[in-house]
Amino acid sequence: MPEAALQHGHGEEQADGHAQTHPRFAHHFESLENQKESASLGMWVFLAQEVMFFGGLFMAYILYRNLYHGAFEYGSHLLNWKLGFFNTIVLIGSSVTMAMAVHSAALGQRTRIVGWLLATILLGSVFLGVKVVEYTEKFHHNLVPGETFGLPYEGMDPHHAMPDNMRRPTQVYYSLYFAMTGLHALHMIIGIPILAGIAWFAHKGEYSARFHTPVELVGLYWHFVDIVWIFLFPLLYLIH
Amino acid sequence: MSDHVVPVRVYLAVFAALMVLTGLTVAVWRMDLGVFATPVALGIAMLKAVLVILYFMHVKYNDKLTKLVAASGFFFLVILFGITILDYWARGRLNPETRLPGAVHLEDK
Repeated sequence: MPEAALQHGHGEEQADGHAQTHPRFAHHFESLENQKESASLGMWVFLAQEVMFFGGLFMAYILYRNLYHGAFEYGSHLLNWKLGFFNTIVLIGSSVTMAMAVHSAALGQRTRIVGWLLATILLGSVFLGVKVVEYTEKFHHNLVPGETFGLPYEGMDPHHAMPDNMRRPTQVYYSLYFAMTGLHALHMIIGIPILAGIAWFAHKGEYSARFHTPVELVGLYWHFVDIVWIFLFPLLYLIH
Repeated sequence: MSDHVVPVRVYLAVFAALMVLTGLTVAVWRMDLGVFATPVALGIAMLKAVLVILYFMHVKYNDKLTKLVAASGFFFLVILFGITILDYWARGRLNPETRLPGAVHLEDK
């Protein structure tokens, strides 16, 4: 490419185009499209880091499941797999509504973006609600790591008493259960207000077919959280 | 190509596939495949993750750089798992005194 062309690349061509007229256009980018790709790439770098963030817990899971396989199986049977199954469907459903929000944004359909984002928030809240029910039950059943872990509780069927030698290894399983599902739930607790904020801006007409990067980025985050659960469900609830 | 508008029917097809695979995850768990149970469950989970990444996260329609960054997270995850597992597996093989109490089981498998 001749030197002149390099110097007067796309920037000049688009100087009289409409890209620069958009209020969200940052002048150091060549074009609005270029700006969006940079933002998307940055989000992917963040998500790659998130993979490693959760990766440490998955690594711990792999090792301890190998060491205490029996306790992991025993501990997983104390969970209600039907609730986990239900939540998997709810969360995948929320990924679909999120994808539809991004789809509506790309088409510039303002009210539909808001509707799909609200549906995503609703499904995310249902997921967290089920998690609250599950966690509450674990607290009542003495399955939260600590001094009382595995001890009998009021109203317990004596046949279901935890054998003494299972208390320590099962506590390892439940430590990982709470750490992994807790970190996952924390991501959703952070994600829901962000979704709400973006729904508010969408309602105000901030996003159009030309500019809707925030909707796309929160979508990437939400799908990532969905993927983490896709692995957590079989690993924590379904052990033989 | 991140501007690519994916048709709604693609999303619905992926949703249907994810639902079927979720059902399959539970079905194979109930069948109890023994030593194959975990690899099959993980295989299904990976397939589901790939569907979400390619279609919901639009990686299929993204440029090569985004694909590379998306893959890099999993590349480093494999290094993390690989080296740590190898370490636990190999501890104490040359010098039994360096054995970790935990490594015994991994080694004996």
